[in-house]
Amino acid sequence: METVWRHHKGSLIAVIALVVLMFASLIVVPETQMAVIIRNGEPVTVVNKFRPGQPFGRTGAGIWWRLPGFDRVEYIDKRVLNVDMDEQQVLSTDQLRLNVDAYARFRVIDPVRMVRSAGTLDTVQSQLSQILSSVVRQELGRRSFASLLTAERGTTMHNIRTLLDTQARNYGAQVIDVRIKRADLPDGTPLESAFSRMKTARDQEAATIRAGGQKNAQIIRATAEAQAAKISADAFGKDPQFYDFYRAMQSYDSTFAAGSEGGSQIILNDSNDYLRQFRTGGH
Amino acid sequence: MERLGGWLDMIALAMAGKKSPWGKPSGDGGGAGGDDGDASGEPAAPPPTSEGQPKGPRNPWLPGGSEERPRRSASIEDIFKHRGPEGPRRKAGPGGPGFQIPRRPGGGSWFPLVIGALVVFTVLFSMVHVIGPKEQAIVTTFGKYSRTLHSGLSLTAPWPIQQVDTEQVSEFRVNAIPDGTAQRLMLTGDQNLVDLSYIVRWNIKDLKQFRFQLAAPEETVREIAEYAMRAEVAEKGLNDVFSGAGRADIELRVTERMQALLDAYRAGIAVQGVQIRKTDPPSQVEEAFKNVSAAQQDAESYVNQANGVAQQVLARAQGDAAAFDKVYVQYKLAPEVTRRRMYYETMERVLRQTDKTVVEGTGVTPYLPLREMRKPVEEPVAR
Repeated sequence: METVWRHHKGSLIAVIALVVLMFASLIVVPETQMAVIIRNGEPVTVVNKFRPGQPFGRTGAGIWWRLPGFDRVEYIDKRVLNVDMDEQQVLSTDQLRLNVDAYARFRVIDPVRMVRSAGTLDTVQSQLSQILSSVVRQELGRRSFASLLTAERGTTMHNIRTLLDTQARNYGAQVIDVRIKRADLPDGTPLESAFSRMKTARDQEAATIRAGGQKNAQIIRATAEAQAAKISADAFGKDPQFYDFYRAMQSYDSTFAAGSEGGSQIILNDSNDYLRQFRTGGH
Repeated sequence: MERLGGWLDMIALAMAGKKSPWGKPSGDGGGAGGDDGDASGEPAAPPPTSEGQPKGPRNPWLPGGSEERPRRSASIEDIFKHRGPEGPRRKAGPGGPGFQIPRRPGGGSWFPLVIGALVVFTVLFSMVHVIGPKEQAIVTTFGKYSRTLHSGLSLTAPWPIQQVDTEQVSEFRVNAIPDGTAQRLMLTGDQNLVDLSYIVRWNIKDLKQFRFQLAAPEETVREIAEYAMRAEVAEKGLNDVFSGAGRADIELRVTERMQALLDAYRAGIAVQGVQIRKTDPPSQVEEAFKNVSAAQQDAESYVNQANGVAQQVLARAQGDAAAFDKVYVQYKLAPEVTRRRMYYETMERVLRQTDKTVVEGTGVTPYLPLREMRKPVEEPVAR
């Protein structure tokens, strides 16, 4: 070891210096990021810049170089990024309130512009979030409550996206999509009145169902009675006079029967037909 | 492996050697050290009286008789002293105790070789990749995408050049929305509220898109699911959301909507299915909903009761008619007799069971003690 060191001292130092220089001047740009090389404060190159339709593996990712000491490298995410908005209360044209939560997806398409205007992605995200809030409030506020719920129909979402995109271009970003994640009634009166509306609607339904049941029951009973009347008429109509007698007998039986209420007392005049024999003595 | 074992031994030697933190090395004891376990602990201890037994920890299992000997506990140093190959070497070594790297036969050090072997081992290890059945892996060369590895054994360039990132691909991942069991109300198209929770099952269909396209793919799946479900429920009425067919329809359309959006994002994600776990009315109006089902039960019970009554009425009428028919057949055979018979029989039954008063003669004005007659009369007035 000692001898090696003594003989090749110069060349060894040169090799080490070369390696250090190499590490200082080479950068690795992954697929997920773009690198803006800023030379003396001026962005000069963008490595792995986003181009639509470029397949992975044929992007600009990989090894790149820089001038050590002069170049500063700013890495910017190349992927589709998220803008999350704080929940916003939207007032519809018919003066109803709705809490709306939306998200936007964007990507940086002009990293140089982004570095100049915003500096970091966090800045872009927070500023886009504020813009998104106001655009959502503004656009949804032009619709009635019922159509707020189906905001996907019509041009509202498209308008929101266009407005946000116009703003995002100033940051070198492109808005891909804006979607409403949630649309809820605000707590308090709107929610309570919705509950009471639901409750009364259900109560009404319940009452309707009960009434319908009663109606059906009545119809069933009446039908049965009609049928019964028909059966009776068919049978008894054969001899109305005999029926009169027959039914009278049944009626006496049940009216004066032992169990009948109040008890009965019968006063018979001797002209009663039942006492005919009693009166005439068998003649 | 042998080399590695030697290395471990060396470490052990170093610990038991001169720099041992547990006490003085035995070499300082004046050459009296060694297998006897002498000197270092307590030089003032009295020598053994009768036997030439070495001093050391007394065997507690031997019969006593030597109470006067002071008890000496074994020190860690003693334990190490008797172990391993370094013991004899240390005694014999002229250079005194201390850590000595063993020499190669040629006189060189083992050290560079060991380091070299470790490096080679690491490099080899980073070249061979076993990808499991559910997995795929992405190979990047200096950050740039090279290829995708599928299940099985694969070789890549070693670590600093190529990096391999393995991911579960075909395994279905499940997201439950909302997370907990808390009520999550959603507005339906008819502006009612429904407490809805569901799960989304998905997997990766294109790993490189999944890795490189979206910054937060999992979160994206979740947000898209929320959006798609909200939008779909907002197009349905409350009753559709509650009904089985409506739910199946929602599940299908949410799946389609999510997949379309994910494809538009080129997320490399396949939605396998959306399952609605529950659709409940909000707890605040649950009673009213229960009332509706109670009303349905009530309505059915009304109908059942009416049906029962109807059957009774019909049966009664049929019975009466049949009875009349039977009697009428007999009556037809002998009308007068039958009529009289029935009359007398009925009168018999009727009058037998009631109180009777017979008023005879046409000239008698019947006096009716109506007030008395209101009460039950004990005895018949006349018979």
